[in-house]
Amino acid sequence: MGMTYVQKVLAKACGKESVAVGDVVEPEVDLAMSHENGTMAMNQFLKIHEGTGIKPDIWDPNRIAIIFDHRIPAESAKTATNQKNLRAFVGDQGITKFHDVRGDEGGICHQILPENGYVRPGGVVVGTDSHTTSHGALGAFAFGIGATEMAAVWTLGHVLNVEVPATIKVNVTGKFPEGVGPKDLILHLIGKISSEGANFKVLEFHGEVIKSMSTSGRLVICNMAVEAGATAGIVPPDEETLSYLKDEAGVTDKIVIFSPDADAEYIQTVEIDVSSLVPQIACPHTIDNVCGIDKVAGTKIDQIVVGSCTNGRLDDIETAALILKGKKVNHGTRMLVFPATWRIYRRAMKLGYIGDLSEAGAVVCNPGCGACLGVHQGAIGDGEVALATTNRNFKGRMGNPKGFIYLCSPAVAAASAITGVITDPRGGK
Amino acid sequence: MGKVVYKVGDDVSTDIIYPGRFMATVLPTETPQHTFADDSDFNGKLNAKEIPAGSFLVGNENFGCGSSREQAASCLKGWELIIVAKRFARIFLQNGINLGLQMIVCPNIEADKGDELEIAGDVLKNITTGKEFKITPHPPARQAIIDAGGLIAFTRTRLLAEKKS
Ligand code: SF4
Repeated sequence: MGMTYVQKVLAKACGKESVAVGDVVEPEVDLAMSHENGTMAMNQFLKIHEGTGIKPDIWDPNRIAIIFDHRIPAESAKTATNQKNLRAFVGDQGITKFHDVRGDEGGICHQILPENGYVRPGGVVVGTDSHTTSHGALGAFAFGIGATEMAAVWTLGHVLNVEVPATIKVNVTGKFPEGVGPKDLILHLIGKISSEGANFKVLEFHGEVIKSMSTSGRLVICNMAVEAGATAGIVPPDEETLSYLKDEAGVTDKIVIFSPDADAEYIQTVEIDVSSLVPQIACPHTIDNVCGIDKVAGTKIDQIVVGSCTNGRLDDIETAALILKGKKVNHGTRMLVFPATWRIYRRAMKLGYIGDLSEAGAVVCNPGCGACLGVHQGAIGDGEVALATTNRNFKGRMGNPKGFIYLCSPAVAAASAITGVITDPRGGK
Repeated sequence: MGKVVYKVGDDVSTDIIYPGRFMATVLPTETPQHTFADDSDFNGKLNAKEIPAGSFLVGNENFGCGSSREQAASCLKGWELIIVAKRFARIFLQNGINLGLQMIVCPNIEADKGDELEIAGDVLKNITTGKEFKITPHPPARQAIIDAGGLIAFTRTRLLAEKKS
């Protein structure tokens, strides 16, 4: 019996010929990422060593990444102190992949990793963040873990309790209509299989639509794989992956890529033809509460958000800027834009997009998690409605359990900013 | 034996269990105060110490979905609640197990607030209704961590073994 992509990655990471679904394995980790919550991992890491007489040295300072993104610049003394403590730990341990609060190399972890070439096809990536699934876009088996599990990884260099997951094959065919793209695809998929439809499983993406999709688009769909409960989302790497790594991430070493076996066994296959897909909206308060835009068009919006690890890349900012150039954000609505990283921010600035958005009335915030999490900027008021390109619409997500969040693509967000109500970006359609 | 002190529906996210605005609070001694912070009634009872350890929280499908924030497990552990759900989201389940939170997977559970529950081997008894429900055992990899008393102890043992060899 052949192996799925994740089976192949895990076999490799365990030094085995093959692994079967359900096997318990301890894969070696290629990259272990944390953000501010690395403070918790640090505390647990020190606790593991307590009373052992063993000096608490992390297993490999080159394979740990720490990126400050959730609350930057620090919103409170507490956060600033957490960041200070973790910064000191990073220094003491000699951790090399550290991205502090900086305008040159800072940004959201899930964009920092790919654009700096930290993620390689076929690798095992763990992160103390559920959207670590993003990195499946580059063909890594990447999944979220908690802080204590991360402390164990920092100690031992492998994950202790991975059950080889079953894989759902998602075959995406057809051609996106104008104004419809990867975000609509993933929202549609989650609506179809539900928010726990892939719990404990991997979503492996195939088909001509995925083949011709940019790495940016693949990051969108893998980012949100976790919203269907998936352990990981994976796009088997190809030419596009290699050119992204070379051109965007500046990776010069030779990269070997592989594919799942043709006779691999999938627990389920989902077929999606995108040719007739319309812009999709996830309605409050669950991510699988998805409908076509027609159903909710006209809903009044108080706050529009474009950005986050899901849709804060250059093509997303560009989409929004092109729609808003020379227009105005409706005066009954406020619009926040937060590019995923400063690299993206600077490019958008050079291309004039930041100016276009600002002139239209949008507030372009610093790269970081910002309004997505709603803990230090961009919170919504009681009863207010937000329309966001982020990935979660849970009650309380944008800092207020009395708010309502709709999720959409950057095109829908930008078109709706002009009108102040949910608006189909496909014009007369 | 303990009472069901809280009953929730499907898809209760970690944003509900432990809202994002408290994420800068990380110490397991400090997280419990923010458990279900947006439900002032239940949160108030917890903080007034009106909920005894060993009480049951009953969830439904996909309990603990969303973020990997470990505070969502550590806050519940702080009150020594027992969490029962039809299905748990993966990361939350693993976090709970790692921290020694008692988590019971019980696909057919029927229990209302106020019911008395008792764990008897691989069944969960609802003493109030007289019904019994099968518990799905944790797979060996997770059970090993429970048996070790949590992932800290489990990892410490491994660390010592690796250093010796
Ligand atoms: S942008 Fe939002 S979803 Fe992405 S890492 Fe930050 S908080 Fe998480």
